[in-house]
Amino acid sequence: MTTIYQKSKGLQETELHYCPGCSHGIVHKLVAEVMEEMGVINQTIAVCPVGCSVFAGKYFACDTVEAAHGRAPAVATGIKRTHPTQPVFTYQGDGDLASIGAAEIVHAAMRGEKFTTIFINNGIYGMTGGQMAPTTLIGQKATTAPFGRTKEQAGEPVQVAEMLSTLKGLVYAERVCVTDVPHLNKAKKAIRKAFEKQMANEGFTFIEVLAACPTNWGMTTEEANKWVMENMAAYYPLGVIKEV
Amino acid sequence: MKREIWKGSEAIAEAAIRAGCRAFFGYPITPQNEIPEYMSAKMADVGGVFVQSESEVAAINMVYGAASSGIRAMTSSSSPGVSLKQEGISYMVGSELPAVIVNVMRGGPGLGSIQPAQGDYYQATRGGGNGDYRTVTLAPANIQEAVDLMFDAFDIADQYRNPVMVLADGLIGQMMEPLVWKEHTPRNLPGKTWAASGREGREHNNFINSLFIDAPSCEAHNNHLAEKYAAMEENECRWEELMMDDAEVVFVAYGTPSRIAQTAAENLRKKGIKAGVFRPITLWPFPMKRLREIAEQASVKTFVDVEMSMGQMLDDVNLAVSERKPVKFYGRIGGVIPNVSEVEKAAQDAYEEVK
Repeated sequence: MTTIYQKSKGLQETELHYCPGCSHGIVHKLVAEVMEEMGVINQTIAVCPVGCSVFAGKYFACDTVEAAHGRAPAVATGIKRTHPTQPVFTYQGDGDLASIGAAEIVHAAMRGEKFTTIFINNGIYGMTGGQMAPTTLIGQKATTAPFGRTKEQAGEPVQVAEMLSTLKGLVYAERVCVTDVPHLNKAKKAIRKAFEKQMANEGFTFIEVLAACPTNWGMTTEEANKWVMENMAAYYPLGVIKEV
Repeated sequence: MKREIWKGSEAIAEAAIRAGCRAFFGYPITPQNEIPEYMSAKMADVGGVFVQSESEVAAINMVYGAASSGIRAMTSSSSPGVSLKQEGISYMVGSELPAVIVNVMRGGPGLGSIQPAQGDYYQATRGGGNGDYRTVTLAPANIQEAVDLMFDAFDIADQYRNPVMVLADGLIGQMMEPLVWKEHTPRNLPGKTWAASGREGREHNNFINSLFIDAPSCEAHNNHLAEKYAAMEENECRWEELMMDDAEVVFVAYGTPSRIAQTAAENLRKKGIKAGVFRPITLWPFPMKRLREIAEQASVKTFVDVEMSMGQMLDDVNLAVSERKPVKFYGRIGGVIPNVSEVEKAAQDAYEEVK
């Protein structure tokens, strides 16, 4: 008998708690496969955020540290500086990274901290039940923007990969999505490249994933994936944003 | 042993390095800037890490990260900065992470002043962040003691897997005094098998975490932490008694005011008033039991609590004395240091009422 597919050794056996159609499970799998393929599961230290992926330490097979809301880049700085030869990554959502943790991510990028950040941008606060995020699109409804986000009331959504790319310490930023197999394969390659650049001590590496949140968007899985491609990718362009 | 002259803040930094601290993260604030400055110059010599963080919030979270991965780490700040660190301290207690936080206290509230004060007693001893927690709080009264306590601070933190606060006032940070570098015998500490430093050689991953989403498991976690606080209360309580054998008037003071009280007590004795000083070294755990015993002694007539605050330790003194004897308070605030004659007069007035 030939094994044609098996769960990555980068993941534990624990059943994921994510909603149907949520992108977290897929991105977890991609990161896990990259760790496994690079042979670094036993060396990697992950930092997970406050938000839906708060339990990532129960899913990733590598050692994991749960950070306070938004503080993952500071926590990762403390880890990577004291363990410079080991892979370190933060895994953060848009509320965590682009709102409450904006200062921490900007300064980690500025210092050129040699870890990788996986940024899950689904334009909404998932865990707390669908509030507006800094990345919620204009016109998109949220429980704290019941009539849709307006520029006048909340400003325009932040393009984080572009913003961080203005900083010299960032050496690689790519925006990806996981709506179908070709995009998923591209996303995995980007994550792998970020890990390799980190291990080559080049500087800060950043992967933004346009992600679906069917539950809080009030959509089916199919509608949510279509929304990612048609609406999110139109405002947040896919591809390499910066590579040094 | 050779006596050397050291400035308080620099001595604290050097003691931390000698105690095995290998990661320092901090943000500039007066009156403790010599600590990060010293660390920035010396940490690399011992293969350690120094990062000037973008904020106090980031600094304490960098400490959280380094401590998570098994490294002896610390941060230092002064009052307004320590307020910003409270989130991280609460998370460290919840995640059972050892680290040392030095607070060189200045006047408050808000920006307050940059002169010595003791207004952060409540914050340090009651758990200044969210949740139901404690941190051992060590209060040095001179630079020699500040240095010695740094070694203990790291050992206590590692022993209980809990952050430890060193609470010094601005005078301890800024003045120069002679000290000797004593040989410190480290405690017999368990290995950090819990650390998230890479799972090589382990069957399972380590997960540093303070979230217990299911209420009964969060309660069980709190009960486990409470057992540690009980052990700290049992094992770590420290104080000093000066001229206490026959004292009728008992000063209670910590840090700089304890030295002022000591001079006042010596002067009072020359005037025929038997005065002594009870000096808590650990503010939490507070030496409650011993102070109560003293309150029960027939020879003791009255207490005078002296602080550079509006009266914060006073609550603990009152809990200990429990109206067995009168407790008077004398405090100066906002960065004003009480002088000996004021303190002496407060004691004399207290004595007049009970003699």
